[in-house]
Amino acid sequence: MAVKVRIPSPLQKLTKNQSEVTVNGKNIRELFLDLEKQYPGIKNRLYDESGNLRRFINIYINEEDIRFLKNEDSEVKDGDSVSIIPAIAGGGCVILYRRADLQI
Amino acid sequence: MSSFTEEQIYRYSRHIILPEVGGKGQKKLFEAKVLLLGAGGLGSPAAMYLAAGGIGNLGIIDFDVVDMSNLQRQILHGVEDIGRSKAESARDTIKSLNPDVRVEIYKERLTSENIYRIFEKYNIIVDGCDNFPTRYLVNDACIISGKTNVHGSIFRFDGQVTVFKPIEGPCYRCLYPEPPPAGMVPSCQEAGVLGVLPGIIGTLQAVEVIKLILGTGKPLIGRLLLYNAMDAEFREVKLRRDVNCPVCGDNPTIKELIDYEEFCGVGRHS
Repeated sequence: MAVKVRIPSPLQKLTKNQSEVTVNGKNIRELFLDLEKQYPGIKNRLYDESGNLRRFINIYINEEDIRFLKNEDSEVKDGDSVSIIPAIAGGGCVILYRRADLQI
Repeated sequence: MSSFTEEQIYRYSRHIILPEVGGKGQKKLFEAKVLLLGAGGLGSPAAMYLAAGGIGNLGIIDFDVVDMSNLQRQILHGVEDIGRSKAESARDTIKSLNPDVRVEIYKERLTSENIYRIFEKYNIIVDGCDNFPTRYLVNDACIISGKTNVHGSIFRFDGQVTVFKPIEGPCYRCLYPEPPPAGMVPSCQEAGVLGVLPGIIGTLQAVEVIKLILGTGKPLIGRLLLYNAMDAEFREVKLRRDVNCPVCGDNPTIKELIDYEEFCGVGRHS
């Protein structure tokens, strides 16, 4: 399956400033393996040390949160759009982000 | 307030003429009590449109003072306000726009100690703060005290808006159960933001507030609206209530407020 993955701005440095990339796989796990293969380093931003998806990042297939599907086993089909949506907190005078958040 | 004066009817005539608002709706707006968290980037347009639209009671909490670098986006304040309390500056701007509005200001930082006292008077909370600890504090307090939270956040060219209404929809923790862990990286940095972006997002928050008060339209409950200024694109994803949510789930584990550690020691609120 060729699926488009939308990359949030904090991660776009890793995807050569592309906001959308095409990766292959039949589920989220496979898509992210391919994503890492094409854009090394991105996996560490998405997963924590124990290999779980970070809790301040949500993954959507089209409009659905994968946590309410089958998590990383959620299947995708051609033409689906996968979004990586991190928590953002900014609102006012100073937007404070730890370096980790900026890069995720 | 029993009825509007002639002048008020004229002031709000473009609202009153709308069947979805009418005199009844305008009265609801006038009786509404809305608290703005932060008189910064998001709070500025939200406060101005809510005041202009005749929201009768506005609370504004902000402990910060106006800085020159705020003026790129915080349209409540002007050059002559630099160095003044943002809450006071906001009150004066609102009063000059619409003297009908009763404005109460709180020049303090929101904590687990004062949050319920400050929230008590209000029905709707407009979250325009700029840090994770306050986001979680506000979420938990809104769930526990049953207040609707109109949430907006911005980052560089990206904005997010949603409405967290207790029981009816999910909360912030259903979306992101825990804040990013503190202490991973010692230093903070300013990421920057397109000045107009909070104008868009804060204005969308004001629209949601007005719809909630009027009880009309389709609110952003259970829907996260995403805006990217660079791509000029709006998208929407579904938010679902998580039955395992630590605060609004079936077996909540968070029953008391948590003051998360600040991520760094520089300015925090907006």
